[in-house]
Amino acid sequence: MRNRPATSIRCRILLRLLLAFFTLSFPHAPVHAQQNGSNEELLELPGEIGRSGGHLVVSLRGEPKTLNPVIAADTRSREVIGVMQADLIHINRATQLTEPALAKSWKISPDGLTYTLVLRKGLKFSDGQSMDADDVVFSFRVYLDENTHAPQRDLLIVGGKPIVIRKTDAHTIVFQMSKPYGAGERLFDGMAILPRHLLEKPFQEGKLGQIGSLTAAANQWAGLGPFRLKEYVAGQRLVLERNPYYWKSDNKGNRLPYLDELVFLFVPNADAQVLKFQSGETDVISQLGAENFSVLSRQQSGYTLTDAGPGLEYNFLFFNLNDLGEKTSLDLQRKQKWFREVKFRQAVSLAADRDAIVRLVYQGRGTAIWGLVTPGNKRWGDAKLPHPPRSLDRARVLLKEAGFSWTSGPNGESTLQDSDGKLVEFSILTSSTNADRAKMAALLQDDFKQLGMRVQVVPLEFRSLLDRVTQTREYDACVMGVASYDADPNSDINVWLSSGGTHLWNPSQAHPATPWEAEIDRLIEDQMSARSFDRRKELYDRAQEILFEYQPMIFLASPDILAGAKNSIGNFHPAVLEPYVLWNVEQLYWKSGRENGAR
Amino acid sequence: MSRRRKVGFWLVVLGVLHGIILCAGFLAPCDPVRQDRKSPYLPPMRVHFLDARGHPHVRPFVYPLQLRPGTFDQYVEDTSQPRPLKFFVPGDPYRLLGFFRGRVHLFGADNERIYLLGSDGFGRDQLSRLLFGGQISLLAGLLGAGFTLLVGLCVGSAAGYFGGWCDELLMRLAELFLALPWLYLLFAIRAFLPLSVNPLHAFFLIVAVIAAVGWARPARLVRGVVLSAKERDFVRAARGFGASNFYLLRRHILPETSSVVLTQAAILIPQYVLAEMALSFLGLGVPEPVPSWGNLLSNLQQYSVLVSYWWMYLPALGMVPFFLGYLGLASALQESPDPYKIERRSLGSLA
Repeated sequence: MRNRPATSIRCRILLRLLLAFFTLSFPHAPVHAQQNGSNEELLELPGEIGRSGGHLVVSLRGEPKTLNPVIAADTRSREVIGVMQADLIHINRATQLTEPALAKSWKISPDGLTYTLVLRKGLKFSDGQSMDADDVVFSFRVYLDENTHAPQRDLLIVGGKPIVIRKTDAHTIVFQMSKPYGAGERLFDGMAILPRHLLEKPFQEGKLGQIGSLTAAANQWAGLGPFRLKEYVAGQRLVLERNPYYWKSDNKGNRLPYLDELVFLFVPNADAQVLKFQSGETDVISQLGAENFSVLSRQQSGYTLTDAGPGLEYNFLFFNLNDLGEKTSLDLQRKQKWFREVKFRQAVSLAADRDAIVRLVYQGRGTAIWGLVTPGNKRWGDAKLPHPPRSLDRARVLLKEAGFSWTSGPNGESTLQDSDGKLVEFSILTSSTNADRAKMAALLQDDFKQLGMRVQVVPLEFRSLLDRVTQTREYDACVMGVASYDADPNSDINVWLSSGGTHLWNPSQAHPATPWEAEIDRLIEDQMSARSFDRRKELYDRAQEILFEYQPMIFLASPDILAGAKNSIGNFHPAVLEPYVLWNVEQLYWKSGRENGAR
Repeated sequence: MSRRRKVGFWLVVLGVLHGIILCAGFLAPCDPVRQDRKSPYLPPMRVHFLDARGHPHVRPFVYPLQLRPGTFDQYVEDTSQPRPLKFFVPGDPYRLLGFFRGRVHLFGADNERIYLLGSDGFGRDQLSRLLFGGQISLLAGLLGAGFTLLVGLCVGSAAGYFGGWCDELLMRLAELFLALPWLYLLFAIRAFLPLSVNPLHAFFLIVAVIAAVGWARPARLVRGVVLSAKERDFVRAARGFGASNFYLLRRHILPETSSVVLTQAAILIPQYVLAEMALSFLGLGVPEPVPSWGNLLSNLQQYSVLVSYWWMYLPALGMVPFFLGYLGLASALQESPDPYKIERRSLGSLA
């Protein structure tokens, strides 16, 4: 691993400030719409001017299941769909702010209920068919249709009622909500506009779910993204080619994307991805673990590695606070008496050695956290949230106050027991496929041993772990991680709300089980419909403080986003939001023609 | 070397190796589960006799390794503070043979840790983990093999001696067990168990499962020997004199199987040690942080560890002598002591 002296950190901060300054002073809003002969309004992007041509090979953690955004639920599919489709308003992954995409401008009415979007002129799908307001209306009709089970549907129901979409002319669409929506236009990010000319018939026949398979002929599928389908070889790769009708250009008026081809290689595990990158088979790598990052940086040749800073992933420990009623085993009932004790959870939080986690698990490429909002989120962190350092003494005081005491064990070690004289022992579940979290759990085990708790780490396959936590709910504690997909609070709404499915310590409650959960529900719902950023921030800060006070989730650490690319790739700027490196794929280019070997 | 001397040689080798593992608490410099979070992936310390200025020292010493500031796993020797190696020093408490409590370790330094085989990602001493891990893995092998041979001997001799439907039934059962894909069976059994199994239960479970699956092969071998032994003249004669079945088995037939059983034992023990390692390697064995040889090797699953920290391989090297010892013993035992023995005895009985 490279040494990071203070000066380089300072340089980096300066650089980041400068970058922030530039992005602020040259807004990503359409600088000026470029008029082509065909009356096309292209979106002009700032950044280096690149060279056209070449192909870029990236690895994908497995085969995507579908290319159809209406049914895609897995991350691999979403990653591929991200470069094949486009949305009306897009969140810039670098600035974390919204910017125009297919819609060249938008207006929000003063009451916050009506959004008027104006489409860019001359838009065409990747098969050359023109796109207009009818496609937009059709797309949202599909997403809102109950029978398609689109994952986007929940987002489009604001205040209990679906959004109403109306077209006023061929380029203007009006979205009517029943309640103001706090995140505003961020809603439109990721809502791919579907090709009506291809999908209307299957939609009416109720066969939309069968469309968009990888094996379909390339001309049966179209999108508005920078790349379109070219070839799929089962089990090996997916080849995408440049979309000649793409609606973005660089400052000089060259139509993007620069690359001719984008190749996804299916590489099933992280170590194999590193080997492929090392041997030059793939050109960029993302989602690097800290250990592999340092392996790569030690034998660096021909590639550059980037630490994009803390991401939005938060890792945490939580206890089983479900009320299972009569089904609860006696053992769990006894343990839940401790888990429900706020002071017990606070003591556990104080005993967790977060610095050791950052150092030993992330090799220093991470940040200790005490709340759900990570430092990677630029706008929503609560500056007032305390960051108490590890203190076993304070933890012991809290445990004592909660009625726990210590006895001497058989080997002379002191063991913790509760007020009934029962030894405090519990198990922590971790995903067996995630080495980082298993390591975290092993560190916590040792931390808690110093408080006299006997902890066992149980590695489980991720799916059965999820089943334990959300379905059968028979477990003691669990270490898990969640990565927000957006920097806005609404992306974590299911974690916050007591009715949410990822409100992990007690998911999908009919009524909030505790007063503080009810309070969080109220704050989060209020911020959802608050109009101004300041008001939302105020409410959200309060929710973060309550979460900190009651510690249902004991936050541990957040890893940095680490990525790498060959030196000759231009415009490579990994972001902390997904997709980490391909967010500006249309601007990536090869600096020299040498690498563009034919495949 | 005669067969007897070869067997003796390998027994001495194995005795010494097992003695070392048995005294792990005394020989290991520290507690195998104690983490030292300031020294993850510390390379093995070198034992010096000459200091930085070239002066020889009578007492060997090591230089403490300091983390290079700003790095995660780069260490430099701090030559200003040589740390003399001391013998019979007090340190972490341990239990010898599970009973005798002790604090005195063979070697160490005053209140400082010494890593002769480096440390793992949690800063735990690899040497201590290797020694203590051996206790778990070897015991699993020995217990598993003992249990297997006991079952194999009983089933094999019953099938061979009584024959008929009893033989049919037991041998078909043995074939069934031979055909079982035992690794998947273990996965299945592990999945049915409660979530958190404490290390001791997990250990006995592994032993039981390994043994329960493996009895079929020794049973078939024993049956073959019993089958031929029971037709011997001296056995017939003894039966003629009115010896009971039990007496015949004990006095005349089972002693004939001893060579097969001993050879099997010498083959099965390392095989079962390996089985335990495979299970722990896959995370199904004795749970961390308890050391076992499989747990030690499972660190090597990660590519970054494979290419960055060579000392993580050392435990694997440390295990080799054990396997060599057992296999050497097995081949020494298998060598027929006297190829003409059986013929001569049968001739003798004819005469």
